Amino acid sequence: MSELANANAKVVAERIRAWNAEAVAEIIEYRGEITIVVPKQLLRASARYCKEAPELNFNLLSDITCVDRFPIEPRFEMNYQLVSIARRERIRLRTALTGAIPVVDSLIPVWPGANWLEREVFDLFGITFEGHTDLRRILLPDAFVGAPLRRDFPTEGQR
Amino acid sequence: MTTVETATGTAKTMVLNMGPQHPSTHGVLRVLLELDGENVVTSVPDIGYLHTGIEKSCEDKTYSQAITLTDRMDYLNPLGNNLVYCLAVEKLLGLEPPKRAQYIRVMMVELQRISSHLVWLGTHAIDMGAMSVMLYCFREREEILKIFERFAGQRMMTSYIRIGGVALQPPAGWREMVKKFVDMMPARIDEYEALLTENPIWQGRLKGVGYLPAETLVALSTTGPGLRAAGVNYDNRKMFPYSSYEEFDFAVPTRTESDCFARYLVRVAEMRESIKIVRQAMDKITDDGLIKADAPGIIPPEREKMKTEMEALIYHFKIFTEGFSPPPGEAFVAVESPRGELGCFVASDGSPKPLRVHFRGPSFVNLQALPFMVQGQLIADVVASIGTIDIVLGEVDR
Repeated sequence: MSELANANAKVVAERIRAWNAEAVAEIIEYRGEITIVVPKQLLRASARYCKEAPELNFNLLSDITCVDRFPIEPRFEMNYQLVSIARRERIRLRTALTGAIPVVDSLIPVWPGANWLEREVFDLFGITFEGHTDLRRILLPDAFVGAPLRRDFPTEGQR
Repeated sequence: MTTVETATGTAKTMVLNMGPQHPSTHGVLRVLLELDGENVVTSVPDIGYLHTGIEKSCEDKTYSQAITLTDRMDYLNPLGNNLVYCLAVEKLLGLEPPKRAQYIRVMMVELQRISSHLVWLGTHAIDMGAMSVMLYCFREREEILKIFERFAGQRMMTSYIRIGGVALQPPAGWREMVKKFVDMMPARIDEYEALLTENPIWQGRLKGVGYLPAETLVALSTTGPGLRAAGVNYDNRKMFPYSSYEEFDFAVPTRTESDCFARYLVRVAEMRESIKIVRQAMDKITDDGLIKADAPGIIPPEREKMKTEMEALIYHFKIFTEGFSPPPGEAFVAVESPRGELGCFVASDGSPKPLRVHFRGPSFVNLQALPFMVQGQLIADVVASIGTIDIVLGEVDR
């Protein structure tokens, strides 16, 4: 990412902060990528603001994924990659979830495309999305026990 | 309306199980169709038959070893998968490959794009009942695979793109081989178009079928030719250039009809643009030069150096026993695969093995749009819609 785009991404973080000061817990800049850490309870509202505010206009949800930092708590990190097609910009929203309550708001009301991406995370990480309309396993068989992409799940599988 | 009395009550609709062995589902996609006569009332895709846990396996390999796994996701675009993974790891490392390696990468992934679109065109034409097109398409694809074999020693699972550059110097005589192909190809695309574009059966099967408005496609996170056929000019090569794409002169074909026929036209036009890019890349690739970045401890040293320099031998040993450790952090890179936005998210915790590797497969995300595309349409249109979404089940299920 160029210097200019980088500066723009910082402007995004400032806009979100101006909208709701509590929504930006932290701004992480690494290798030219801007990550905005959002408190869990404000995730859906912040995502909606990113999409609907005309000066942000992040209309495409590119990806949802989770990182398990077991045994560090809060162990789960949800990462949402947003794209603004009109403004040629990318940004990442992040929120942390504890191992005890792996629950987060679904983003289907904001981007319907979140459906399968969230089902994948539910399937492989065992994270529940509140407000998801169709939360079922997607890649693994229904009878499968466990969440294989968690770090405490052995690569060779459970016996 | 005729109804049928069943044990469970009065039924107007029936449920048909399409796949996972149905040939037009391009692998192992299963779609549950609720039908009213021949019209689709609802459809529910069922995936996961090809799930191999590639993301989990990556966590158990060193950064270099995981490259071979990426080949096997989208098996029509192995070089593109290599590229996105290597770009993500290079971003983590803060490593930039030499320009010559970047141009070789561009040439290879554009050849791969042509070959992928050829497979798509051939198989989709078979689905629509045009047998002969597939034979022509696979004839040309074979020439591309021969080029890959000369470059990498492998036809399909090349693992040619490596962290910091590419695996091997271009082989002797590569220029003539690629030139012969790009000189031959435009006329061959004209042949496919002569068989299909004006063909009334082809038009009848594709025009107006599988329509979705652009806003719906964006809301469903659809990318690639499917989105560009709806008039949204979104192509990562232009929007977020990587691997020196900003130095290449090419157009991004778009249409506005957003039906299966528009998606076909976009893909055919993309093949022509890819030929242009390959030509430019050939001019940019010099006969001699570097193919790997200078990063001892990350890039394996050359064989000659290992025999004469102690340091090179130590690095070689370290790389192949322990691997290298990028600093802790995350990187997300997206490239334009033949199917859309192919993303790779890599997280490092400072150890020689990745903490997390995630692939945002365009086939997986694009397939979400299928139930919306086929609602109210005929069963035959389901086949056309699945075809023009262009899914590769290896990537859907990973």
